[in-house]
Amino acid sequence: MAAVTTTPRQKVGWGTANVVVIALALIPVLWMVSLSFKTPAAVLDPSFIPAQWTWSNYHEILSTATFIRPLFNSIGIGLIATFISVVLASMAAYAVARLRFPGKSLLIGMSLLIAMFPIIALVTPLFSIERALGLFNTWPGLIIPYVAFGLPLGIYTLSAFFREIPWELEKAAKVDGATPFQAFVRVIAPLAAPGMVTTSILVFLACWNEFLMAISFTSTTAARTAPASLAYISGSSQFTVPTGPIAAAAVVITIPIIIFVLFFQRRIVAGLTSGAVKG
Amino acid sequence: MSSHTETVTVGAPAEAPARRKPQLSEGARAERRLGWLLCAPAVIVMLAVAGYPIVYAIWLSLQRYNLELPNQVKFIGFANYGAVLSSPYWWHALWVTVLITVVSVAVTLVLGMLLALVMHRTLFGRGTVRTAALIPYGIVTVAASYGWYYAWTPGQGYLSALFNNAAPLTTTYKAIAVIILAEIWKTTPFMGLLLLAGLSLVPEDLQKAAKVDGATAWQRFWRITVPLMKPAILVALLFRTLDSFRIFDNIFILTQGNNGTESVSILAWDNLFKALNLGIGAAISILIFISVVIIAAVFIKGFGTAAPGTDTGRR
Repeated sequence: MAAVTTTPRQKVGWGTANVVVIALALIPVLWMVSLSFKTPAAVLDPSFIPAQWTWSNYHEILSTATFIRPLFNSIGIGLIATFISVVLASMAAYAVARLRFPGKSLLIGMSLLIAMFPIIALVTPLFSIERALGLFNTWPGLIIPYVAFGLPLGIYTLSAFFREIPWELEKAAKVDGATPFQAFVRVIAPLAAPGMVTTSILVFLACWNEFLMAISFTSTTAARTAPASLAYISGSSQFTVPTGPIAAAAVVITIPIIIFVLFFQRRIVAGLTSGAVKG
Repeated sequence: MSSHTETVTVGAPAEAPARRKPQLSEGARAERRLGWLLCAPAVIVMLAVAGYPIVYAIWLSLQRYNLELPNQVKFIGFANYGAVLSSPYWWHALWVTVLITVVSVAVTLVLGMLLALVMHRTLFGRGTVRTAALIPYGIVTVAASYGWYYAWTPGQGYLSALFNNAAPLTTTYKAIAVIILAEIWKTTPFMGLLLLAGLSLVPEDLQKAAKVDGATAWQRFWRITVPLMKPAILVALLFRTLDSFRIFDNIFILTQGNNGTESVSILAWDNLFKALNLGIGAAISILIFISVVIIAAVFIKGFGTAAPGTDTGRR
């Protein structure tokens, strides 16, 4: 399709396609941004661009613990879960990519099963277990399941990255007397860093996005994450619709994603595609 | 698997020297032990969070267990399953879930393929297109759902205004259509990216050769691109089908499952957190789990989908 010489018609055609893709991707996001800047009166006007602009929605949500505390929880839980799961996944992925040992296909089968697990099937038993163990409505109560669900994603993506590392270096290190463990820590880990950054972003996005466990295993702002808190945002008075504040909160939790995507677009695409097809 | 792994780890050093030359087995044993050691933490976490609870869920599903009546917990065999399977709510929820899954996956496949072609072939602005496409993928589903919810609220939303102040979220099938729309918007980029990976494996030479032989773009797409991408397409379909089958977030925000839009996940959640019935909730959870296993089995056996990761297994 992309011939050696490109005609103006092809340029126009692909240009139109680009515009359509970008518009479809962005219009729903811009709508939310627009809502978040509308005054309570302007919210009741369906026009796409606000008639009156205001920052008050942002002031409102960023000054109440209903949203600030969950935002803090989301960042903390997301970072800790991502860190643990990428560390554990990189160990397992190294073994999968490099070592011969029985039970490897069992590990892969198991992580595949978990990646596709209907999370609701675990909510009932985990709810019951967490209440019994006192993990309900605590950070670890969300971190532990997030680590478990980050692991399959991490193992796939990382083992795909690990296979593209020049392994002669590892052999060279072993010839020089390094143990396999030393070869892993000193030689391979630095080379694997880009893959690990990509994987961390993907796992963090998954934790940041998670909703079902977040509403099921929390009951107060002690551990409730930002997506789960959206439903608890109310208007400035009980007669005001909370549309503006909810839209502002939605925009706030979308900002990190936009930043990740703008800075790491290549890495994210590489991570998603390598893990899915080659691995 | 953890207990299994550990027993083997303990047993391995004893049996290995007997079978092989001592020199070789030394390295092989070390490799084996390191392999297990490196995998053990991941395996333990996954078993603790997914393995044990699923067994516990099976046990719960055989009990009469209502949190409001803690003194009446009793083993009742398969009575919970009987109650669920004879309830019209379950069958309606299953129908809604299947409808959403089939329609959204089918549409997402077509749109995802178009998106993959644009991302792969476009003459300029490739980075911008990919960046824009990643935003729906990355965005928090709940945040996007609120956007759709307000867009379709009469008197507030631009989409509702566009369709004559329509209120689609108040009737079953229109609400399902909005849910499907939200699902498609959110998941097309992921499908597009998986297909893009498949597209980049199609050799350029084949395309050129076919072009020289006079094949049209349409013929080349169906005769060369699609057959070569079949594995990527099937894996993407499997992923998306299983993901769509567990749909929860979009429905929870858009309709709360009202007006007959309950999916099986919403039904299980309501039984657990609104009716506080752990027994019934667990039985529904197990039925969903069984459905997912059936879908995966159909894909892997029926369509010959290579399970992702099998390549890794062969290495």
